[in-house]
Amino acid sequence: MIPELGHFALWLAAALACAQLFGGEITLRRQDSRRALDLVVPAAAAQAFLCVGAFAMLIYCFAVSDFSVKLVATNSHTMKPFGYKLTGAWANHEGSMLLWVTVLAFFAGVAAFRATALGDRFRVRLMQVTGALSLGFYSYLLISSNPFERLTPAPSEGNGLNPLLQDPGLAFHPPLLYLGYVGLSIAFAFAVAALIERQVGPLWARTVKPWILAAWAFLTAGITLGSFWAYYELGWGGWWFWDPVENASLMPWLAATALFHSTSVLAQRDALRNWTILLAVAAFSFSMIGTFIVRSGLLTSVHAFAVDPERGFYLLVLLGIYVGGALALYAVRAGTVTAGAGFRLMSREGALVINNLLLSAILGVVFIGTMYPVGVEAITGARVSVGPPYFEAALIPLILPLLLLMAIGPFLRWKKTDSSKLKRRLFPVLIAALAAALIAVLFGIKSVLAITGVGIAAWLAAASIAMLRGRRDISTLGTSVAHLGAAILALGVTVSATGSLERTVSIGPGEVARMADFKVRMDNVEPLAGPNYTSIMSTLSISRGGTEFVLRPERRAFVRPMQQTTETDIAPLWNGNLYAVLGEGNGDGRWQVRLNWQPLIALIWIGGIITALGGMLAIYGRAAQRREDRRQALGSPAA
Amino acid sequence: MMKRLALILPLAMFMAFVAIAVFGLGTPQTRQIESAMIGQSVPEFELEGLSDTKPGLASSDLKRGTVTLVNLFGSWCLPCRIEAPQLERLAAEGIVIHAIAIRDEPADVEGFLTQYGDPFTRVGLDPRGRMQIELGATGVPETYLIDGSGIIRRQWIGEVRQEQVADIIAEVRRWQ
Repeated sequence: MIPELGHFALWLAAALACAQLFGGEITLRRQDSRRALDLVVPAAAAQAFLCVGAFAMLIYCFAVSDFSVKLVATNSHTMKPFGYKLTGAWANHEGSMLLWVTVLAFFAGVAAFRATALGDRFRVRLMQVTGALSLGFYSYLLISSNPFERLTPAPSEGNGLNPLLQDPGLAFHPPLLYLGYVGLSIAFAFAVAALIERQVGPLWARTVKPWILAAWAFLTAGITLGSFWAYYELGWGGWWFWDPVENASLMPWLAATALFHSTSVLAQRDALRNWTILLAVAAFSFSMIGTFIVRSGLLTSVHAFAVDPERGFYLLVLLGIYVGGALALYAVRAGTVTAGAGFRLMSREGALVINNLLLSAILGVVFIGTMYPVGVEAITGARVSVGPPYFEAALIPLILPLLLLMAIGPFLRWKKTDSSKLKRRLFPVLIAALAAALIAVLFGIKSVLAITGVGIAAWLAAASIAMLRGRRDISTLGTSVAHLGAAILALGVTVSATGSLERTVSIGPGEVARMADFKVRMDNVEPLAGPNYTSIMSTLSISRGGTEFVLRPERRAFVRPMQQTTETDIAPLWNGNLYAVLGEGNGDGRWQVRLNWQPLIALIWIGGIITALGGMLAIYGRAAQRREDRRQALGSPAA
Repeated sequence: MMKRLALILPLAMFMAFVAIAVFGLGTPQTRQIESAMIGQSVPEFELEGLSDTKPGLASSDLKRGTVTLVNLFGSWCLPCRIEAPQLERLAAEGIVIHAIAIRDEPADVEGFLTQYGDPFTRVGLDPRGRMQIELGATGVPETYLIDGSGIIRRQWIGEVRQEQVADIIAEVRRWQ
């Protein structure tokens, strides 16, 4: 009964989305925008309610292990821990698409009530666009990937869950990314509505910015979590692999980063109108392209999703309608949007334009690197792959100036800046950067690139703190924290890339191996039984100087489906991580153990999370500012 | 005119993406990925061997008139153990097999050869896996057939299975 209710709720929600799109249009033409609003706002709210309900029902089916539902039977198992039964609801194709529309409907429901600043007509348009977006996803769900499909006869046991997905990192990594992707779809809806109504300006920018910031903060957190998961669960010893699926999440992030910076220029100076609209369309397009790449199997990737070209084709059709439609509208309408104001180079807006150019260039590099193999195959038939050397060589020259500029930008004023004042404020920052570079040399770092990296990271960190002088508002604090996070990330990337050591040793119980200044002793290797797996765990006693600690890397064998995973064990020391992976047994009582020393690598994820928090602070700061403005506006007539 | 073009450009780029994607979806996904090096001469290289037990491998060793097999393996690689008996059978047929040990330690390679048998004439150590890229390999193990003049003629991806032995012997005879 419950699955049928969920299925029915989705059909109803789809009908409401139709009402938003077409009913909104008809009432807008025949009557007025007030009447249209009376239709679309309740429709959007009801849609949100129905979707959240349907999603809750799917979670319920997983919670009670209702194997008569095909999705539960293929993705769950009674032996699975309860928490992972619940997260199993979205750790699969159909469930994750349902999560997508649920978040979309929820956000659209919120926007229906909140986005009042731009007038009734604009709000109706906004709801029409979100209705059109969710309609496409409903049809996709209901026609080609119904999550509530039944199975008769119902099996008595399910088919398990990919053991790699039984991990807190992965249980929360996709939903965070989806919150980001879907947040960008609201920005997209704002952009399309603005093109239709020709309402691009500072007010538009201020209204859409919190949505972009929220989406961006979720994306930042989601990508960071995904990177961390790859690091400690997959046991590859790295944090980013330029895998197509990773790039698919990085591209919308880059576009969103460029977008909220250009939104600031639009909000403050009424410049970059067309560019901002185009970025809003692009940010959402890249998140859909990302989903498409992941789900269609267009690019082979380590993310072994169940791949189905038919679904990929359906997504491509949706992509074509939405993005193609929006870009066609842009081609027709953007020419008629009156040009905004001009500006000087030595100003906040000048710096933000360079920021946008650099971010776009980075986006272009990542996009070309990701799509190049498919493109080459389409044209010449040859198979190529693009790896880290390309990305590193092409991106480092773009990222270094971007980091340099990130430090300077916040010191510049809108319109024009007094350069002698700027020099005075940047002088201590420069001293900090040089000091950090000197420390790097003293620590024995020899590569010029690495010393430059450390110096630039310190430059940005010092500038992020210095920019707070004399400014007390929370939104500036948000910028400062986000930029500081980027500096910390840059430091982690530089130092871990330069100072990593790796060694594979073959040792048995009682034997000792050495790596750098670590002494590694294997105490024992023991079998263990978990809730739905058996495992072999090795206990390694490790000492360095006076510190001693124990690492317990494992190899787990899951029963259903048959799959082996490596559970790495990581010792987070103050100056880096020691990372142990248990390999195969040699058959002579010895085991392969891979040891990795990665100095300061944890800063990469700490930096990422700090950056995401900075985004959240900025949203909070804007909301607080708006409340303050409203209070003053209410208070002033009386006074 | 320029402005008009700038407005249409995003749409045009998106169309190009869709065209490529449609093509990509239409292509079968499970096709064998063959090395682009087949039909070409082996690149120049010189790899160290195991101290005193085994000579190293250089590109000049593959250009001496006899057909040779070059096996990419690693002591850390499980399928490499499975293919070991098949390689021994090929060696027993009088076929010259050289090996390149990918990302490996000399001591581990020696241990592997002692335990799983040693059909190799020469073993080159490739601690950084450079030869994988040079030969266009997609993984380990892989086996290449090199004719007497040093040209790569065939590639077998994955471990050599029992039913492939006859095919490999026939191929070696064909290029002799």
